[in-house]
Amino acid sequence: MTTTRIALTVNGESVSADVPARLNLADFVRDQLGLTGTHVGCEHGVCGACTLRVDGEIVRSCLTLVVQADGCAVETIEGLSDSGEIADLQAAFRERNALQCGYCTPGMLMTAQDLLRKCANPERTEIREHLSGNYCRCTGYHAIVDAVERTAKARQRRS
Amino acid sequence: MKAPAFSYVRAESVEHALELLSRHGNAAKILSGGQSLLPALNLRLAAPAVLIDIGRLDELRGIKLRDDVVTIGALTRHADLLTSEEISASLPLLRKAAAHVAHPAIRNRGTIGGNLAHADPASEFPACMLALDARMVIRGEGGERRVNARDFFRGIYETALEPHELLAAIEVPRPQPGSRTYFHEFVRRSGDYAMTGLAALAHVDGAQLGDLRLSYFAISDRPHLARATSHLVGVEITAERIAEAQAELDAELDPPDDQQASAAMRRHFARLLLFRCVADVLGRPELAMEAVR
Ligand SMILES: Cc1cc2nc3c(=O)[nH]c(=O)nc-3n(C[C@H](O)[C@H](O)[C@H](O)COP(=O)(O)OP(=O)(O)OC[C@H]3O[C@@H](n4cnc5c(N)ncnc54)[C@H](O)[C@@H]3O)c2cc1C
Ligand code: FES
Ligand code: FES
Repeated sequence: MTTTRIALTVNGESVSADVPARLNLADFVRDQLGLTGTHVGCEHGVCGACTLRVDGEIVRSCLTLVVQADGCAVETIEGLSDSGEIADLQAAFRERNALQCGYCTPGMLMTAQDLLRKCANPERTEIREHLSGNYCRCTGYHAIVDAVERTAKARQRRS
Repeated sequence: MKAPAFSYVRAESVEHALELLSRHGNAAKILSGGQSLLPALNLRLAAPAVLIDIGRLDELRGIKLRDDVVTIGALTRHADLLTSEEISASLPLLRKAAAHVAHPAIRNRGTIGGNLAHADPASEFPACMLALDARMVIRGEGGERRVNARDFFRGIYETALEPHELLAAIEVPRPQPGSRTYFHEFVRRSGDYAMTGLAALAHVDGAQLGDLRLSYFAISDRPHLARATSHLVGVEITAERIAEAQAELDAELDPPDDQQASAAMRRHFARLLLFRCVADVLGRPELAMEAVR
């Protein structure tokens, strides 16, 4: 199989690899880099479990080829977690029971943090709208919206 | 599932992309944002031998205002349409529609060119382009040609594009000052493809409608411009006029019956959207109440 040489950064670290064209970014970070926090649910863009950041914007990693991410800065849930960027959001999820099986959680955190970076004080409807592309089969969403809302309020108090 | 194997070429310029398209013919597919193509590959509904990635061609990106025309480069993303001040000011219909196209992470990659070339009958932008009477700027190795939205959409996933051609831009005439727009869709979950929706452009002349373009989506194999509006233009609008237009609309539609919605449900949505739109653009909410009764 022909492969293409690519170079990108993942959570700030330089990575280069020879990859087949059909390899998507989700399988690349999971299988080749061992970053299994990015989950794979539907593989056609519907569930949001595979959401990660490319050049600062959230994308579906199951709908992004690694070759398309050549030269880009990729951030996974491990990156956001280790840097402490979302420590408060993660704590709010835990306190509010906003996760049960946890399958959707990395994608939910990525998407929620994306909203909080753009909008400091979102309405509940805005939170629901921003998370509309992320399925959760356990929680019924209510607790997730609560956790995001609490985090927004707490961050506002701190700033 | 995983995508089948294919080879990948990153186009260096539009000319390069066109040359690759001619060389590979039907075996090749253009890759823009990949938000329709990659699901199709992952589901193994498509198996092209070569993907030609045009995603980095800056010459195909951006929004330009010139006189009475807004030119939108094919690689302009849904997210760009949502945040562009030029679009909000000159083509509010597109901004309203963009908020209903998929979800934030998908809007960060999906492009207007890919969306229109994909021509999903349930898609919002094709209907907007028909309402706005836009023109598609198509490039092939032989040069450039323009096709009106009403001739561009040919059926389910079918357009006037030839296999060796590329959609380069869309030219949208700026609606006259004082025009009003209306957009609404019925969906099961925000961001999903619609069960039925309407993108409309109206020109209000005093208390009457000078012009009304009702462009329905998810109601036919392509966006549908209602002919029933002839009952509403240049007349005093009453509940009776609206009922006549609804009956006419019902007669001209032949909606599909599928797992998304039954044909009867789609007809119902189409009638609802007609009076809601007219009541909204005329600023006469009581019309909607009368029509329900
Ligand atoms: C979960 C989900 C929900 C979605 N919901 C909606 C929705 O509600 N409404 C909606 O409208 N869309 C929806 N979409 C589709 C989305 O809008 C796509 O981004 C868009 O349809 C395709 O744009 P793209 O740039 O990603 O094109 P690609 O996927 O790269 O290409 C799509 C097709 O067009 C061809 N093509 C691409 N660019 C060009 C060009 N410039 N010239 C010629 N041919 C070209 C490709 O070869 C391919 O056949 C959804 C997608 C997902 C995954
Ligand atoms: S695995 Fe990517 S959206 Fe479901
Ligand atoms: S916690 Fe199980 S899917 Fe969301």
